[in-house]
Amino acid sequence: MTQLLLFNIFNGLIIGAFYALMALGLSLILNLSGVINFAHGGFLAIGGYLAYTLIPYLGFWGALVVSPFLTAFIGVLVERVLIRRLYGRDPLYSLLLTFGLAFMIEDGTRFIWGAQSLPYHIPTWLAAPLSRQYFFLTGYRVFMVLLVTAVVVGLFVILNYTRLGIRIRAGTLDLETVSVLGVNVRILRNLNFGLGIYLAGLSGVLAAGMLGLQPTVGDNLIMPSFIAIIVGGLGSLPGTLAGGLLIGVASGVTSVYFPSASEAVIYVMMAAVLIVRPQGLLGEEGRF
Amino acid sequence: MEWKGKLAADFLVWVLLLGVPYWLPLVGGYVELGSRVIIYALAAMALNFLLGFTGVLSFGHAAYFGLGAYCTAITIKYLYPSTPVAMLVGIVTATAAAAVIGPMIARLRGVYFAMCTIAFGQVFYFIAFRWSSVTGGDDGLSAWHRIPLNFGFATLDILNSNKAFYYFALTAFATCAAAMAFLLSSPFGRTLLAIRENERRARFLGIPVDRHIWASWVISCLFVGVAGALYALLNDFVDPRALRWDQSGNFVIMAVLGGMRSFWGPLIGAAIFIVLQDYVSSVTQNWMSFIGLFFVLVVLFFPRGVLGIIRRKAVT
Repeated sequence: MTQLLLFNIFNGLIIGAFYALMALGLSLILNLSGVINFAHGGFLAIGGYLAYTLIPYLGFWGALVVSPFLTAFIGVLVERVLIRRLYGRDPLYSLLLTFGLAFMIEDGTRFIWGAQSLPYHIPTWLAAPLSRQYFFLTGYRVFMVLLVTAVVVGLFVILNYTRLGIRIRAGTLDLETVSVLGVNVRILRNLNFGLGIYLAGLSGVLAAGMLGLQPTVGDNLIMPSFIAIIVGGLGSLPGTLAGGLLIGVASGVTSVYFPSASEAVIYVMMAAVLIVRPQGLLGEEGRF
Repeated sequence: MEWKGKLAADFLVWVLLLGVPYWLPLVGGYVELGSRVIIYALAAMALNFLLGFTGVLSFGHAAYFGLGAYCTAITIKYLYPSTPVAMLVGIVTATAAAAVIGPMIARLRGVYFAMCTIAFGQVFYFIAFRWSSVTGGDDGLSAWHRIPLNFGFATLDILNSNKAFYYFALTAFATCAAAMAFLLSSPFGRTLLAIRENERRARFLGIPVDRHIWASWVISCLFVGVAGALYALLNDFVDPRALRWDQSGNFVIMAVLGGMRSFWGPLIGAAIFIVLQDYVSSVTQNWMSFIGLFFVLVVLFFPRGVLGIIRRKAVT
């Protein structure tokens, strides 16, 4: 029993790390631009499918590196052409726009790559189980955790020690002042959007290796990321990270005792957080 | 002058709606399409009660629409084969769910409110999807049908006559529209407008803002529940798509497209959206792209909606 519990806690951490990766991208965009990017799941699918197309040319590792950057580039273009026009207006409009984008991306991937689910090949040594004796755990999952950890550490290093990152954090607190101090806010928001979409693209490549590819791959992953943000607290990136891990572990542990409630538990957690601490675990009061 | 114009507009709307079964087939439509338009229009108007008149952005109304639909269907199928009773069960359940969830979100504003309504909405999607022994899961709930209305002295055969069902739905629509118009013109409705215009000032005047937002949310969900119940009856079928997030987006785009600041705006938005969707999905398989593109175009070029543009022209 302990073994099963430990296995599920670890599994929950993997899933949680994954939610956190996606939620961090959403959170970056939300904090600086006030846009709930509903198309995040769509960009995730684009990342996965681009990697699928690139594998024959670049191999698994090449696709893993290149595909998120290409996705981020598409994100930067989308921000430039569409989303930029809606800054400063009622959040209703950006929400509707990204809603429409999500539809278009889902249909577009279906049109280009087909509606049936595609297999995504990962190197055999990664797909092999690490140990048959204790519990079933593939190298790929461990690799995912390591990679997500590295990326999250990298993200926090960027945000704390580079000029771009410091400006993004400052802009989150007070965009007007940052603008007055001579920072080009348009470019800042553009790059920040690209950074968020990069994380979505990377999540997509990783998800493809675990779940395979279908046009709706992002649909089931976007809601938990929303909840990770709400539980962790709006406006706080460490909160988002903690929220993601927390709901991952919670649903992992619940699947030991009540398998059918493993999805419901994250909504219960959200409700509990909203009742006890409406601003989220690490969120600041009065920000939203 | 203005109230005369308003009266004329109201009169025109009701004449057009009453005549739908007669003029719609002449222009290439069919009666069921008319029923679908008024049902969606009711949902969009109910959403607009919150969005346009209280200034609170909900993106999760599909949940209460679907809850109304599912509970109506389940009542007819398993419990008690009567259309009014089933509708009542559906509406009460939707309203009760909204009343319970309301206190958790009434304190939140703006994007945060929107996110939480989306997330809570998804709860009901999962329930409908997973609890397949009752809800039929992904395949939906079929093998039931609406029951003709029996008044004792006469029966209205809403099952076999499309026209009868249309007038039944229109009666419900009219009742709800009148109730909403009454509420909006009451002191309560004026308070909601005040909250929309300047929440801080409303708070300083001693208005319990959170409680008013909660009340507006519950009322809005009640009428969406009515629309959901009618939707289930119209199709004699419900599936989880009735309460998925994209349905919530449809309601919002209808309200925006018609004009959020006007009472009849969502009706116009719903008519345009439903007719367009009906047409596009009959011509191409890639209708999702077109609907998505439509969302983008409306946001970029018609953010004030049809009535907003007309009104602006009238002013200048």
